[in-house]
Amino acid sequence: MPFSPEALQAVWLTLRLATLTTVLLLVLATPLAWWLARTPSRWRAPVSALVTLPLVLPPSVLGFYLLVAMGPHGPLGQLTQALGWGVLSFTFTGLLIGSVVYSLPFAVQPLQHAFEAIGARPMEVAATLRARPLDAFFSVALPLARPGLLTAAILSFAHTVGEFGVVLMIGGNIPGRTRVVSTQIYGHVEAMEYAQAHWLAGGMLLFSFVVLFALALLGRRSARVLP
Amino acid sequence: MSAITDHGLHIRLTLPRASFELQLDLQLPAQGVTVLFGASGSGKTSVLRCVAGLERARAARVQVGGEVWQDDAAGIFLPTHRRALGYVFQEASLFEHLDVQGNLQFGVRRTRAPQAARTLQAAVELLGIAELLRRRPHELSGGERQRVAIARALATDPQVLLLDEPMAALDLARRQEILPWLDRLHGELRIPMLYVTHSADELARLADHLVVLERGRVKNAGPVAEVLTTIDGPVVVGDDAGALLGGVVAERDSRWHLARVAFDGGGLWLRDSGTAVGQRVRLRVLARDVSIATAEPQHTSIQNHLQSRIESVVPCAHPSQVMVRLRCGSCVLLARITQRAYVELGLQPGQTVWVQVKSVALVQ
Repeated sequence: MPFSPEALQAVWLTLRLATLTTVLLLVLATPLAWWLARTPSRWRAPVSALVTLPLVLPPSVLGFYLLVAMGPHGPLGQLTQALGWGVLSFTFTGLLIGSVVYSLPFAVQPLQHAFEAIGARPMEVAATLRARPLDAFFSVALPLARPGLLTAAILSFAHTVGEFGVVLMIGGNIPGRTRVVSTQIYGHVEAMEYAQAHWLAGGMLLFSFVVLFALALLGRRSARVLP
Repeated sequence: MSAITDHGLHIRLTLPRASFELQLDLQLPAQGVTVLFGASGSGKTSVLRCVAGLERARAARVQVGGEVWQDDAAGIFLPTHRRALGYVFQEASLFEHLDVQGNLQFGVRRTRAPQAARTLQAAVELLGIAELLRRRPHELSGGERQRVAIARALATDPQVLLLDEPMAALDLARRQEILPWLDRLHGELRIPMLYVTHSADELARLADHLVVLERGRVKNAGPVAEVLTTIDGPVVVGDDAGALLGGVVAERDSRWHLARVAFDGGGLWLRDSGTAVGQRVRLRVLARDVSIATAEPQHTSIQNHLQSRIESVVPCAHPSQVMVRLRCGSCVLLARITQRAYVELGLQPGQTVWVQVKSVALVQ
């Protein structure tokens, strides 16, 4: 049996985390990307820089701040305690929040580019055909941005599966609660269990390749559909 | 202003632009094609966008058929989706994620009109696109795309149809393909159309009413035949000033391959291009192709002679020439002749003369 029950548990947790992160990100990133693509506001540039930060920051820096913020004395921690949710660091929910922040640029950027490529015209056309702005957004902008939406989903999922530093900082590698595949591999290597590390690492390699391959195929198809 | 009726269009607006201010106050008829004509950047498209509410002008008032869409004095501004208009954009603007049927249905579903299905069917027939309903936009030619876009706009049963240079993005062959459909629209639609263009051909062919814009101001406005023959501040359309005459094909001479077009004030022979007798057509007669004689011309190869009365005369840009406005029945012709000829023939306003027309172009 190449996978220990612990390893399978980590795989399951990883998939759950990545799925939830992706869903949350699409909900959050879509309006944010729309705003960034369309606004003439002077807040565009600073917000855009802020959203892109996780792309360049070392995961440990991001993880450190999140840990502090979610900790018992941090602003987020105080809020969650006041609401009776307790402290979120070293919990699955904390990990989820961290993943959302960490993968935010990977969801926002493809969506923003897709919305920018569509331009203002289709929304104007929709308005002349009696569609309210929200109606036009769902019936015209989103369908036209479908390739961007798909790219955002795939990248968010894959990036969450591949995260390590943030998980280690705010999750603490607790089996069954916050131990994901990447930290499980780390554990195996530390314990000199190279065979098991190989199985998981190989699985990750294959998974990542399939994702990027799918993206490449998607890119070609969307290029053909949208002239 | 007592001229504001319930049925026409009233457009008054002020809109700052990069190098000038767009400012106009227009009362337009409730039927027919009004062409907004002017050079690129004269503000034509902005006028259309303001009427549609896509751009917001200051101190504006837009009234269409008794409905006020915008009146800044009264704090009224209807957003675009609440204005009963059809808008055809310059470039193909079909939704790429829907097929032709889906594009047509998009507006129809949102109007919730009781007879929507019938309106849609009529639009499909008017533009001849029944064969294309299952196609995707990228499978259509440029001309077909614009026909679908026009049908999509008409299917919402609008109060006014706004067309922003609908042929500018098409090549010559595609334009020839779509022009007959626009003629048909012109003949059959009972709503006013605002048509933006800088093409002399489209103007001559489609306009009933003409508004000439220059750097954001109305230079001239009125019935097209009137505006084109205004000689103080002439409107040069295409390569030269000239008159536009509406008439009917009265007879066809098969021996000489000529056709006679009759209009109020006379008739003109021109090359027979196969137009049936009884068909309404438009003729364009350029000022440089019209000459004046004090007696009926004889022994000349020019066979189109009309008796007319000199209405007025103004100097041309070059001091050697004058522009003469001639009344012929209810029609008006322009003639550009030399100042010397004018003086030596002893011409003056009010005088009855013969005009010779060297060349006539059929525009429709």
